[in-house]
Amino acid sequence: MINSFLFWVVAVITVLPSLALLFARKAVHVAMAVVLVMIGLAVSYIMLAAPFLGVVQIVVYTGAVMMLFVFVLMLIGVSGKESLRESIVGQKWLGLLVAIGTGAFLTGVISRVTLNVQEPTEGDPTQIAGALFGRLVVVMETLGFVLIVAAVGALVLTHMPRLTPKHTQKEIAEDRIRVGANPVNKPMPGVYARHNALDVPALDPQGNPIAESASRVLKQRHQLDDEGRYTAGLEIEEGDDK
Amino acid sequence: MLDLTWLLIAVPLASFLVLLLAGKRANAWGHWVGVAASSAAFVMALIAFIQMLGLGSGERSHAVHLFSWISTGELTVDAGLLVDPLSMTFVLLITFVGTLIHIYAVGYMEHDPDRRRFFAYLNLFIAAMLLLVLADSYLLLFVGWEGVGLASYLLIGFWNYRNDYATAANKAFFVNRIGDMGLIIAMGLMFAAFGGVDFATVFSGASSVSTAQLTAIGLTLLLAACGKSAQFPLQSWLGDAMAGPTPVSALIHAATMVTAGVYLIVRSAPVFEGAPNAQLVVAIVGAVTLLFGAIVGMAKDDIKKALAASTMSQIGYMMLAAGLGPIGYAFAIFHLVTHGFFKAGMFLGAGSVMHGMKDQVDMRRFGALRTAMVVTWVTFGFGWLAILGIPPFSGFFSKDKIIEAAFVGDGWQPWVFGLAALIGAGLTAFYMSRLFFMTFHGKARWTDDQHPHESPAIMTVPMIVLAVGSAFLGLILATGDRFVTWLEPVTGHAEHGEPVVSVPVITITTLVLVLVGAGYAWFKYGRADVPLTAPAATLATIAARNDLFQDSVNRAVFERPGTHLTRTLVYADAAIVDGAVNGIGGGSAKTGEALRRLQSGKVRSYALLMLAGMLVVAFFAVMGGK
Amino acid sequence: MNPIGFVYLAAVLFAIGSAAVLLRRNAIIAFMGVELMLNAANLAFVGFSRIHGTVDGQVMAFFVMVVAAAEVVVGLAIIVAIFRARQSISLDDPSELKG
Repeated sequence: MINSFLFWVVAVITVLPSLALLFARKAVHVAMAVVLVMIGLAVSYIMLAAPFLGVVQIVVYTGAVMMLFVFVLMLIGVSGKESLRESIVGQKWLGLLVAIGTGAFLTGVISRVTLNVQEPTEGDPTQIAGALFGRLVVVMETLGFVLIVAAVGALVLTHMPRLTPKHTQKEIAEDRIRVGANPVNKPMPGVYARHNALDVPALDPQGNPIAESASRVLKQRHQLDDEGRYTAGLEIEEGDDK
Repeated sequence: MLDLTWLLIAVPLASFLVLLLAGKRANAWGHWVGVAASSAAFVMALIAFIQMLGLGSGERSHAVHLFSWISTGELTVDAGLLVDPLSMTFVLLITFVGTLIHIYAVGYMEHDPDRRRFFAYLNLFIAAMLLLVLADSYLLLFVGWEGVGLASYLLIGFWNYRNDYATAANKAFFVNRIGDMGLIIAMGLMFAAFGGVDFATVFSGASSVSTAQLTAIGLTLLLAACGKSAQFPLQSWLGDAMAGPTPVSALIHAATMVTAGVYLIVRSAPVFEGAPNAQLVVAIVGAVTLLFGAIVGMAKDDIKKALAASTMSQIGYMMLAAGLGPIGYAFAIFHLVTHGFFKAGMFLGAGSVMHGMKDQVDMRRFGALRTAMVVTWVTFGFGWLAILGIPPFSGFFSKDKIIEAAFVGDGWQPWVFGLAALIGAGLTAFYMSRLFFMTFHGKARWTDDQHPHESPAIMTVPMIVLAVGSAFLGLILATGDRFVTWLEPVTGHAEHGEPVVSVPVITITTLVLVLVGAGYAWFKYGRADVPLTAPAATLATIAARNDLFQDSVNRAVFERPGTHLTRTLVYADAAIVDGAVNGIGGGSAKTGEALRRLQSGKVRSYALLMLAGMLVVAFFAVMGGK
Repeated sequence: MNPIGFVYLAAVLFAIGSAAVLLRRNAIIAFMGVELMLNAANLAFVGFSRIHGTVDGQVMAFFVMVVAAAEVVVGLAIIVAIFRARQSISLDDPSELKG
């Protein structure tokens, strides 16, 4: 049977730290208090003839979940002090009222119940495994799926910014030269040009049109203007430097 | 022909549509189409009349079924015509006098650019009036009733570019509307009492319905008649209706439309027979109006308004006769027919005078026109003598009979009605003679630019025909009581009661009063000089000049309270009804505004709400189980 | 002693956990309150399982633990992402849904 004295001790070490959840200033204090609560709960499980669950509680909750909380606290800002002054009007008292009301309601419901206490079945792994892989195997598999989704989701949520490496300028230039393409851009209209339309070619310093400067697409469609029309008639005398 | 009586209505109606739709290109010949339509109606009426004369006196009532109009289960009304002596009398009067006035109007409106439209409206009037008198049910009668009201409005306001004329048309329409309300309520009461509104149903059921119901029907019918016939208390529109062209005044407001009320009362005789109180009210209304019209007519200087007051008064005579019961019905109709002739004749004469005096209507500016307009003088004179009741002119036969019938009865009624009719005769003589002498005799008081001349033949010939009728029609119809017997199938045979004063005394007293009245008018207006402006006068004369303050009374008693009531209702509608609707809208908006505060965007308050709600639900779930 | 006492304890822990969710502004501490509520439910399950003498409640508690672990993972990842975007983990700051 359950030892009364032990029950009360466990009750105290479970409830008191949980009050830190309400009154502590620093988040890390709160996390440590919750660890204590988890340990208290683990002891409760063992007292309730569920030793497997009690150990799992320690391993999963205290060991994994609470450590996760602490790591995130480290990321977020461990020194942030939260003021306990309430910002939303009426939230404190209404919140307390609702919480106490919930507790009172639940207590009231429980107090109306009289149950016959049966002989306990030891909740050892064999028993749990029998139920888990027997009747509830589908649920177990689904839960496995849920865990995978959760892990992937966490990854996605926290690593979203870049999924591929950034294609830098250096790499673009290297690709171009490797293939043998023209490393520079196509020529622009320039000083001697009279027009800057897409279908009019640019002029080189001698005033002659440059074939590649016009749009390749228009060339395919034979919609280019006649190149010869746009030659700049420059009179270059012998001995000119220009 | 009797079966084709509907053509009488259809031909003028078709002419109305043609003249309106043809537009300006019909301006050259439109008026002749109008005259032709009216003449065709007269010819057809004459043929039907001759056919009817050929039948025995018991078979003269001919029902023509047109089409099934309303059949809604409880109420069935078929559109049909009832051609019997009463309606035939009216049909002949309307078409004959109407055609003469159409011909007159061709000349009178010669210089008016809207002449074609005028004839269209005149034809509309003829069609509607014929429908009114030929209908075999109150509902179809009401269609004609409304039609003549519409035609009257259109014609009074014919020159609608003048605001006062347009206002006069509105006034006529509004006052008529009150009467129409009476007729609608009467039809509703008839439907409730008899289950139908056609004459056959109503008249056959009249003897088996309570007196109270019949009295109610009778009084509402009287209200309708007062509206249409300008009887007290709905008489205020007739004087202003003179704003219309003179042929309109002659046709509508003298001979025919204003007599529709008398037709309604006489036609509804079985209803009034069962409601003696309503009949008494009819007689009282008639007596009051005949004195009212006479008093007002004595002080009017506008020739048309004086004639309008005279019309009001003479219709009062007819109403009085109709209110006396079966003994009076035939005389009311007799007087109606003779009045149609002589009053229309006098109106046409007045129009002729106005035509020659450049549309001047102030009698103080007339005088000595008998030498300038001889034919007008003679024809007007015949009408004058007829309305005075000088034998052997027609008015003598019709009006005297009414005065005699007024003196029949027991108690106070014969004295009151008889003396009222007698005094009315004297006053009529006075003011009609005043009118006649001021216009045609005495010294010429014309303004400098007047050159009075006789009217062209197209105007004088109808006047001559009507003057002949004024002279001889009474004699012809009274000989051998043939008019009374003609109408007997409809009005019923009446016992000739003995008047409280013997007949010769009545006749002589009447003639004496008439001569006194005429003589006094001769001395004051024929021999003496007539002042050019109305002289300062006693309160009675001032009251008479202002139509016995009828407009002020109407304004104070009806218009102001009515306007206040309307304003209150409008305000109530805006404040209460709209306020309620807007209030709901505003309330919804404010509720939304208040609820919006719940959405603070803060997660923790949402969490609080969720938890609180969950707690409540859980509480009820647990408690509900208990 | 009657194992129902543990269920009472679970009720108290649940109330404290919900108070933490409602009253604390720090997102991580509120999240810990949620964890506390889940654990209280677990304790109730195990308590009833002990009363009824079966392992069903324990198996259920086991499942709850697994799911709670997955939930913590994702929840904390979200909090980290929000922190990266806003540099704050106060629960009062994101109020864009304010009506």
